[in-house]
Amino acid sequence: MTIIETRGLRKEFSVRVKTGWLSRERRQVAAVAGIDLDVERGETLGYIGANGAGKSTTLKMLTGVLHPSGGRVAVCGLEPVRERVRLARRIGVVFGQRSQLWWDLPLADSFALLRHIYGVSAGNHAARLAHCRQLLDLDAFLTTPVRQLSLGQRMRGELTAALLHGPEVLFLDEPTIGLDVVSKQALRGFLASLGQSGDTTLVLTTHDLADIERLCRRLVVIDHGRIVHDGSLDDLHQRFGSRRRVVVDLDEPLAAPLALPGVSVESTEAGGRRVTYALDGEATTAGDLVRRLSEVATLRDISVLEPDIEDVVARLYTAGLPRSDAPAATSSTTRTDVSGR
Amino acid sequence: MPGDAARPRLLAYAHLVRAQVRGQAQYRASFVIDIAGSVAFGVLDLVTVIVLFRVTPTLSGFTFPEVFLMTALASTAFAIADLVVGNVERLRFYVRTGLFDAILVRPLGALWQLAAMDLAPRRVGRVAVCGGILVAAAAQAGIPAAPVTLGLLGLAPIAGAVIFGAVFVATASVAFWWIESGELGNALTYGGHDFTAYPITVYGPAFRRLFAYGLGFAFVAYYPALALLGRPDPLGAPSALGYASPLVAALAAIVASAIWRTGVRHYRSTGS
Repeated sequence: MTIIETRGLRKEFSVRVKTGWLSRERRQVAAVAGIDLDVERGETLGYIGANGAGKSTTLKMLTGVLHPSGGRVAVCGLEPVRERVRLARRIGVVFGQRSQLWWDLPLADSFALLRHIYGVSAGNHAARLAHCRQLLDLDAFLTTPVRQLSLGQRMRGELTAALLHGPEVLFLDEPTIGLDVVSKQALRGFLASLGQSGDTTLVLTTHDLADIERLCRRLVVIDHGRIVHDGSLDDLHQRFGSRRRVVVDLDEPLAAPLALPGVSVESTEAGGRRVTYALDGEATTAGDLVRRLSEVATLRDISVLEPDIEDVVARLYTAGLPRSDAPAATSSTTRTDVSGR
Repeated sequence: MPGDAARPRLLAYAHLVRAQVRGQAQYRASFVIDIAGSVAFGVLDLVTVIVLFRVTPTLSGFTFPEVFLMTALASTAFAIADLVVGNVERLRFYVRTGLFDAILVRPLGALWQLAAMDLAPRRVGRVAVCGGILVAAAAQAGIPAAPVTLGLLGLAPIAGAVIFGAVFVATASVAFWWIESGELGNALTYGGHDFTAYPITVYGPAFRRLFAYGLGFAFVAYYPALALLGRPDPLGAPSALGYASPLVAALAAIVASAIWRTGVRHYRSTGS
């Protein structure tokens, strides 16, 4: 069952650009330029893109914060801006940079307040809070004013705050930003179990690709306001030719180079005694390669390097992508005015 | 909006206010100073009128008790509006920092959340002082203790508060389009308060038309005071206008709410 559906979703901002001594031009800049997205109930979706690609803008349109400039959007069958209050009861939102908690009150008081704001029954509230307290280890700082919490503690509090009303969809905007390794792992572990339970749909934006590898089977990559990839992590590797690599240490350099389909030498070090092979596609497996090598040389050590998602994504962001359609103009001049400001 | 949801929602706002009061009470010393300051402000408004009447026996035909009643009505209305929605001007800060996002993802009205979250409990002091002075002013002016006049005496400050509140909300909404709206709003809110404290007959015609009728400020204190005093309007308006304040207040609220809603649709949030 589809829980999030967008068709041709757009958001344009008008910005004033200085064009001369006293003149400003008003330009329409498309932050989101036509997005079609379907998310099924219970899915965990990673939404990634470079800074300014339109991730947060999309999320804000899905949560009813921003009014779309065009296209359709439905979340839980509701139109986010028009039915904002009804939708707010059914979704949870964690904005990494904007707190939902009351700065001067103890964490526990914020939770009690949220119970009244969302109109949750005391029983449901207590059960959900007990669950989060245990899994997120909140007890040590439950009575501390929020302003005195560490970032890691606060994020655990934010996550609890977003879940106390039992949302059907949880939106997370860079939930692990600025956290230390231990806090990140704790948060990821919690989100992974939440995602696996299948009751809550998770949509998260992140710059930390370890979040994606750990949590998301589906990955949507956005660039200049358009979706450039929608599929699994493996699909992404296949599509952009990520290659596994095999590094071998040999007793002696090879007498003659190997000739195997889909295998190429990426580098040689230590006078030919360390060779890095790149494997393209499925023509030759790492096993085939090692078997062939052991026939012609003595192997000391072998290691297999999995394709690095950081590499793929970095290539995506910098090189741009092969697109089926021509890129639309991102700006058009609608009005020119001359003013002193 | 389903009717059964209204009560828990009202409760939710009450809890928001309580949280705000508790948060503020943490800073105890400043809390006490703030209360004392707000009481002093309430008294000062009225002292101005007393000083004025030391140099003149009447103000464009109105005696001291009559003007004092208008000033007390205006101050009470303003104090109530300032208590409930005066902090809406903080919207600027929420829009600039993007914190308004956090308000929009909660299942409550954005304006009421803002009012509840920034409610300044210290301003209760000013409402109490002004209310007390209003009762004294009414007694001194010798208004008849009939049900109609007493009802009007109770209703007028509330209608006036709605008119001031509408101006607070409408001017704060400017921040949705123009973040650095600065002191623009204060000219209309605090300026409006000063305007309503005196009979509108003292102002020039153009200024009077804009503030008294255009923005509805004549219905905060002037016309209700005339009705309370049983005086005809020197400007020749029908005496029924003395009871029109609630209508004007409702109209002002509708206009302000339309401006607010349009503003929310224009909200741009901030990056990331």
